[in-house]
Amino acid sequence: MEKQRNVDMDTVVIQMKDIVKKFGNFVANDGVNLTVHKGEVHAILGENGAGKSTLMNVLYGLYRPTSGDILVGGEKVEIDSPKKAIELGIGMVHQHFMLVQPFTVTENIILGMETTKGLTVDLKKAREDVTAISERYNLQVDVDAKVEDISVGMQQRVEILKVLYRGADILILDEPTASLTPQEIEELIEIIGNLTADGKSVILITHKLKEIKASADYCTIIRRGKYINTVDVNDVDENELASMMVGRTVEFVVDKKELTPGEDVLVVKDLHGKDYRGIEILKGFNINVRKGEIVGIAGIDGNGQSELIEMLTGLKKADSGQVTINGEDIFNASPRTVFQKGVSSIPEDRQKHGLVLDFSVAENMILQNFGEPEFSKNGVLKKGAISEFTKKLIEKFDIRPNDCENQLAGRLSGGNQQKVIIAREVTNDKDLLIAVNPTRGLDVGAIEFVHKYIVDQRNKNKAVLLVSFELDEIMSLSDRIDVIYDGKIVGEVAQGEADENTLGLLMAGGGVQHE
Amino acid sequence: MNKKKSLKDYDIVFTLIAILIGFAVGAIMLVIAKISPIDAYKTLFDGVFSKPKFMIWSIVYATPLIFTGLSVGFSFRTGVFNIGAEGQFVVGTLAACAVGILVDLPSPLHILLCFVAAMVAGAIWGIIVAYLKVKFGINEVLSMIMFNWLAFYLSNYVMNFAVLHKEGGGEATKDILDSAKITMPFLDAKTFGPNANWGILVAIAVAILIYFIINKTTLGYQLRAVGFNRTAAEYGGISVNRAVMTAMAISGGLAGLGGAMQLMGMSMRISQYSSQEGFGFDGITVALIGASNPIGCIFAGLFYGAMKYGGSKLNLVGAPSEIIKIIMGCIVFFIAISHVFKALFSKKSLKKEVK
Repeated sequence: MEKQRNVDMDTVVIQMKDIVKKFGNFVANDGVNLTVHKGEVHAILGENGAGKSTLMNVLYGLYRPTSGDILVGGEKVEIDSPKKAIELGIGMVHQHFMLVQPFTVTENIILGMETTKGLTVDLKKAREDVTAISERYNLQVDVDAKVEDISVGMQQRVEILKVLYRGADILILDEPTASLTPQEIEELIEIIGNLTADGKSVILITHKLKEIKASADYCTIIRRGKYINTVDVNDVDENELASMMVGRTVEFVVDKKELTPGEDVLVVKDLHGKDYRGIEILKGFNINVRKGEIVGIAGIDGNGQSELIEMLTGLKKADSGQVTINGEDIFNASPRTVFQKGVSSIPEDRQKHGLVLDFSVAENMILQNFGEPEFSKNGVLKKGAISEFTKKLIEKFDIRPNDCENQLAGRLSGGNQQKVIIAREVTNDKDLLIAVNPTRGLDVGAIEFVHKYIVDQRNKNKAVLLVSFELDEIMSLSDRIDVIYDGKIVGEVAQGEADENTLGLLMAGGGVQHE
Repeated sequence: MNKKKSLKDYDIVFTLIAILIGFAVGAIMLVIAKISPIDAYKTLFDGVFSKPKFMIWSIVYATPLIFTGLSVGFSFRTGVFNIGAEGQFVVGTLAACAVGILVDLPSPLHILLCFVAAMVAGAIWGIIVAYLKVKFGINEVLSMIMFNWLAFYLSNYVMNFAVLHKEGGGEATKDILDSAKITMPFLDAKTFGPNANWGILVAIAVAILIYFIINKTTLGYQLRAVGFNRTAAEYGGISVNRAVMTAMAISGGLAGLGGAMQLMGMSMRISQYSSQEGFGFDGITVALIGASNPIGCIFAGLFYGAMKYGGSKLNLVGAPSEIIKIIMGCIVFFIAISHVFKALFSKKSLKKEVK
């Protein structure tokens, strides 16, 4: 599909000049420029911690710039609060939604600016207004549904609606696709098109190159707080964007050596289990993973992936079925037993499961192994040995800052937190590595790194089970791809035979025979 | 970033500021009550420091508080709020009292047995609550408050048993045997007071031991992991349920041991309770002031003990001793909101640096 251009190059709506923002001695933005026109989709590209969010928080009035000017509609303005930003027609959709779960969509949207009739809120009028905006941009939002009942994709559209309801002409979307399925991403791109066609401007904060190519007109690249360039997206390809962002060439292709898979490591047969609401979510799940292969599970979030992993790693009890590792039964075993029998895992939620954020990096490195003779004796921790071990891993896995051994894990950036987990789990060197969305929220450089270590495990003749919502990731890493839909594997595709369409169809349940 | 730590990086600075503010608020209250704060605080100060006897009294007051402070602080580190230290303290006292009266053993052995009995009783009291929590999901705060009252009435009931009760009436048990006392009879009672006892040394030793357990052992590692992030601990193969039970057992044991100290070094008998004595609740204050750090709890306990003892003399200048409670309440309040100050400080210093 040809991308439609709605840019009106004669009307500049936002201009940020030489923005400098310092936190103490740390310079988060160092002379960044940004010009946005009417009807333009302007992407801001940069690695994690490059200063994208800082720049947008300056524009949205959450931070005051140390120096530099902001012009809105040609006039110099001081944006000292989000309220001021909204008055100027700037709205922001944050990466983490700020919605009241038990409220309806309409109630959420009007929150804080309710139209009143006498002493009561005029919900009818509000409902009409909200519906009108929703239809105008084809947002397809059920205005009467409760937020807790609607999908993540729709919640995001509610956030967009909220911003539009407040009269925004310039929308800042912070990592909008981070939690969306491929279909939802496509819908979002369409909505962005509808917005710009109506003369709105959209600023897109992202590090996903594909989406920039698909939706943006111009792209401003920031690297370590410094302004690098602004380019017409049509003039560059993904590789060029990536190298501008990272400052070096990035390898997209992972080096996989030829391997014939060996015997089965993980075998799951006819697994049944319920989700937290007590509803059956795994309905006879089967999979096997052999030595020296990566098996990817593709699927849309909510088809049983999370529960599967929790049941395999011992965090949740399954109802029935068989799970073996190297022939040994680990069905409903404790996390400790599963680990000892040979499973290590990179969990889905690194801050919830993967790390103790209030522990130092060193303490996190021994989360499963603190009881081993290497790290403790008679119940007393060996501080020296733990410290040595951590220093080695920090160096080997290039965790930054590289003197972070005694720093709290919570103070590291997301990418480096992930590196801590990878370092720990890969060093465990178990027969099976389970990786769940291992690159979620990471930038290209970090993704390359994570992929390299996952493939390394395979090349060392270990088995790897990869669960990811990123189809690209599944396709580039896996030797075999199993598609999960409604708690079952509905199809298997070998590497090389997989294309996005086939997989997409299977993921949406298209491969299932309905009787 | 600047690596050198400035003053504001130390929590203790904020604790000291909170203490100062507490005294300032107390002073305002005194002025309102038309009492000179200078006189009152001088009385308080002299009441603690003017004679060795007074200092020893303060320490005697402090000893049980250090234990309950350690108990509550230890539970905090594991993510449990032991509001049941009160009840654990009471059953500890009761167990030590029973052993102290009924068992006849040579001194050091007898003392040790009383300690063990008190710890076990407190630990059981804690572990029941933990069991109810992990097995049936019963909120520990609720059951602990109930268990505080259970302990209260259990003590009032058991103390009336003929074998324990003082002959010839009265609302108290017999005194524990001399072999179970931890006082220092060799000290001159006139100079040092009648209640100088070994309890404080035990308290310091136990605090150091707890510090070691929390920070240097695999047990402490597991408990802290659970306290900081339950799900990650579970993911790492640590049994959360076992950790919670262990923590509550240790926490209860500490409070129980505190009860033994109070009994064996100070009261020597159990009297009929008419209301909860509050050692356990005071332990919450101590733990907060001591930032849940065992070593901090020693100092916080000494501070609170001194305030309690010195405060009892405030009526000499016509000031109600409740003023101490106001001061302590303010201190806890300002410690609780100290992160606000921290934020204010860092904002200010940030602005300076930017300029």
